[in-house]
Amino acid sequence: MASLITCPHCGVRPKEEFTVRGDALPQRPASHAPDEAWHAYVYLRDNVKGVIFEHWHHVGGCRRFLVVERDNVSHAVLSVTDAALFRRPDVPGEDAQASAGKGLA
Amino acid sequence: MRYSALDIVRHAFSGNRHWKPVWREPQPKAHYDVIIVGGGGHGLSTAYYLAKEFGITNIAVLEKGYIGSGNVGRNTTIIRSNYLLEGNEPFYEFSMKLWEGLEQDFNYNAMVSQRGVINLFHSDGQRDAYARRGNAMMMHGVDAELLDRDAVKKSMPYLNFDHARFPIMGGLLQKRGGTARHDAVAWGYARGADQRGVDLIQHCEVSGIRRDETGRVLGVETSKGFIGCNKLALATAGHTSVTGQMAGLRLPIETHVLQAFVSEGLKPVIHNVITYGAGHFYISQSDKGGLVFGADIDYYSSYAQRGNLAMVESTIEEGVSLIPGLSRVKVLRAWGGVMDMSMDGSPIIDKTPIDNLYLNCGWCYGGFKATPASGFCFAHLIARDEPHYTARFLRLDRFERGLAIDEGGKGPQPNLH
Repeated sequence: MASLITCPHCGVRPKEEFTVRGDALPQRPASHAPDEAWHAYVYLRDNVKGVIFEHWHHVGGCRRFLVVERDNVSHAVLSVTDAALFRRPDVPGEDAQASAGKGLA
Repeated sequence: MRYSALDIVRHAFSGNRHWKPVWREPQPKAHYDVIIVGGGGHGLSTAYYLAKEFGITNIAVLEKGYIGSGNVGRNTTIIRSNYLLEGNEPFYEFSMKLWEGLEQDFNYNAMVSQRGVINLFHSDGQRDAYARRGNAMMMHGVDAELLDRDAVKKSMPYLNFDHARFPIMGGLLQKRGGTARHDAVAWGYARGADQRGVDLIQHCEVSGIRRDETGRVLGVETSKGFIGCNKLALATAGHTSVTGQMAGLRLPIETHVLQAFVSEGLKPVIHNVITYGAGHFYISQSDKGGLVFGADIDYYSSYAQRGNLAMVESTIEEGVSLIPGLSRVKVLRAWGGVMDMSMDGSPIIDKTPIDNLYLNCGWCYGGFKATPASGFCFAHLIARDEPHYTARFLRLDRFERGLAIDEGGKGPQPNLH
């Protein structure tokens, strides 16, 4: 049910301690990147049905940003990682985003 | 078949055994002028207005479940047009006007009840914001009335006026707002479309969109085989990203689940639709007596048609905070529906980069009230290839052009809208 989140720093905590920021996969473009890249980063989402990666902010605990891997149909939580240690997996759509980012760096 | 009082009497004397199904169950043809994916309120109203107002009748509506199984049967049935921004208000007022004539128009009892929608305010700043919204509504020719505390107390004495943190200082009332019977809206549109020759094809799930080498849409792959079309229209809110993906579209949408609740039947007590300004809670009473209420989405994205318990608790807390008498009311049913949360909280009715693919999505959790105008404007767009005047701001490219319609001023954060 995604009711309990195992924070790597604080242990098992209720989900009400967290704020959900949204999709963790889009990569922030360089500040001088063209408008299209920023539009894609700020507004467009893959919004897949299935396993997703989301930024959760542990505001009621360690205040760290975490990446929660979650199934948005079964609501099962698959993994929780500190955002600083998160490595983006090879998922469909990632290539396009990564190359868009690279071209602009 | 038109319904009449005489029919009801005649059928009553024959034991109500001779009513006929109100729409056909056709097999799909090989090709249609227009295919509408999604047999919810918006898809059905689009088909209805395409046939009735724009003279296109060679249409199929493809529904993966049965008619009325999605969000059109999963909402809190509120209709209103009390928006602030120019991009929204004329559109929702157009919808309100269509609601007012709907039952005569499609000869079906949709139980449209203009019982009034009141938004309560609890601080000076909120009163000013609601006064501004009321003024904006009146500038567009829409009724709005700012009530003070005494006026609210007179008609809704059961509210918690002397709340320690959120005292009720008044409310913004739209008298023409109210509720409608959501299932009947779906059935009325379905029947009206069917009568005009539209094929409603249920249990037909679209699994792919077939396009030629130039990118034009040829038709859709479905669980009942390939069906060709000249124009393809998506009205699949909740799953728009999934169907959009079939055509390679990446959209400004995240899918979230919203819960709604119904209590046991009570004697008439709540005569209007009331929204709580200190949180996000709305309540009305159905004609059967059940209190119908809801609050926020569940905050994390979800494609499951069920919600989490934390939001159930939060919703009930808000309800009791507003109406202390609710504390001993029993909740009978709760359910969840998945919805397109757009990046500015406003919908999209637009063409896409693909020539003959049309998009109707992003309804967040305000889609029910928009059902008539959404269908009308989408039909207008499909038939004439240009937007209806009231929907001209609801464009897909408004985000990249810096023209977001952000009613709540919350920014590109779908779970906050």
